[in-house]
Amino acid sequence: MKDTKATTAVKEEIRNMTCIVCPTGCQLEVKIVGDLIEVTGADCRRGEEYGRNEVLNPVRVLTTTVKIAEGTLPLLPVRTTEAIPKELLYEAMTALADIELKAPIKTGAVVVENLLGTGIDLVASRDMDHK
Amino acid sequence: MTKVIETDVAIIGGGPAGLAAAVSARKAGAENVVIIERHHELGGILQQCIHNGFGLHRFREELTGPEYAYRFIPEVWDDPKIDVYLNTMVLDLAKDQSITAVHPSHGLITLRPKATVLAMGCRERTRGALNIPGTRPAGVYTAGAAQRFVNMDGFMPGKKVVILGSGDIGLIMARRFTLEGAEVKAVVEVMPYPAGLTRNIAQCLEDFDIPLYLRSTVTKVHGKDRVEGVTVSQVDDAWQPLPGTEMHIPCDTLLLSVGLLPENELTQMADVPLDSRTQGAVVDQNRQTLIPGIFAAGNVLHVHDLVDYVSEEAEIAGRAAAEYALRDGDTRQEKITVIPGENVSYVLPQRLDPDAETEFYLRVTKPIDRITIELGGVRLAVRRLVRPSEMLKIRLRKDHWEKLKQENGETSLELVLDAKAQPVPSPRAQREGVRQ
Repeated sequence: MKDTKATTAVKEEIRNMTCIVCPTGCQLEVKIVGDLIEVTGADCRRGEEYGRNEVLNPVRVLTTTVKIAEGTLPLLPVRTTEAIPKELLYEAMTALADIELKAPIKTGAVVVENLLGTGIDLVASRDMDHK
Repeated sequence: MTKVIETDVAIIGGGPAGLAAAVSARKAGAENVVIIERHHELGGILQQCIHNGFGLHRFREELTGPEYAYRFIPEVWDDPKIDVYLNTMVLDLAKDQSITAVHPSHGLITLRPKATVLAMGCRERTRGALNIPGTRPAGVYTAGAAQRFVNMDGFMPGKKVVILGSGDIGLIMARRFTLEGAEVKAVVEVMPYPAGLTRNIAQCLEDFDIPLYLRSTVTKVHGKDRVEGVTVSQVDDAWQPLPGTEMHIPCDTLLLSVGLLPENELTQMADVPLDSRTQGAVVDQNRQTLIPGIFAAGNVLHVHDLVDYVSEEAEIAGRAAAEYALRDGDTRQEKITVIPGENVSYVLPQRLDPDAETEFYLRVTKPIDRITIELGGVRLAVRRLVRPSEMLKIRLRKDHWEKLKQENGETSLELVLDAKAQPVPSPRAQREGVRQ
């Protein structure tokens, strides 16, 4: 819908953030003017993309553990294959609390397919032998 | 009778440094390599670092700790010329490199390697190193110990947590505890800037609204049997608590993330000279210590912030150890000593063969906007926005040596490495403002 009031100025917002794409940790300034998002301060293109995503749909890779029976350890480290929406992190933790796997399992084996409907899988991040 | 094992290269420690050193020693032609590891599996501390972010430089991927370890472990297991002794503890390292260890089935064993790589890693500083006043209740842990409990053993050490020190492990554990349902009340850092990587401040604290108190420290621990709270005070420039700034934070757990110390007990047994700045051995560009045939790499040498560079350093040491073993002795030249100068807290290697092309690993003493790295007055590189938490890598090339000879003459045996602050900040620093 078009704004009928010609005098209304487009709202401008500036957010400062640290890029988490790599250990360099560039300080980003993200300028939001209506639909326009401008990222400055990034040393690389992935940083620019990160700044834009932080405004549109912030995502994070979830790394945690799930219970595993009969393994050399009681816990198996797992990760999402890609970043999932940040707002789903706690929900995912709750969902994973009830899972119990059985050893052995191999690195990369899918533990949960399509986690919370994100289209992203949760996989084992190490081998776990039978004890 | 004690079992005696002869080998080209012995590696003490099967963590990231030991793994990379083993693979590299074999590639450089070592006939056989032995890794001695006291734990029941290879991988070292990587196995408890389940978060991602490892390997970005080396593999162009964000791996978890175990995934990073698995980039090396199969290669080690599949090589019949690398023998791995697990559950084996080294008791003694002699100056002639004879290694005494305890093995679960062989009992006492002796290794007689032609070259040795020290890859024992580091330890956490504990409460005892800090002298925090107060009671001695249960509930005070080092961050790495808590990480092991939570990620590998399945125990939660507490529900309401204060973290002293803003090292990376502490920051990572702040996020981990929060995701596991605990409440992290505060991270307290004595310095005016965080000790850990900036991105960990963002993704571990800011993401979860965990407050970070800079220029502050824990001045008292409360509780008789269990931690019931801590007093946090602001400090002055000399780290002295400022009266009247005390703040009480109720909590049941205090985590310490206050630095790591290279684990050099064995190194000292062999009389290997240490550098008081790194708390690790003094080494040359091949990571050879001042005792011929003994090499060192990884956190036992100096505490790294990125495992990628542990692997890189261990490859240097592994390759050089293999070459030493193959030529069966030392071909040492008179070394040049590198001295850390302006704004440099430490630099490695501390010794150089003349004309050696190498890469310096160094840290600065404070955050600086723009620096010029100079060796003996010769400019090596310019860097922007450097921080003590991020190790710098600076290449030393042939053309630098030519300039050095012009400026210092052929005979200079001491070279100072400076990180000179530039008076004019970079455009980027100007844009961001000077970081306090």
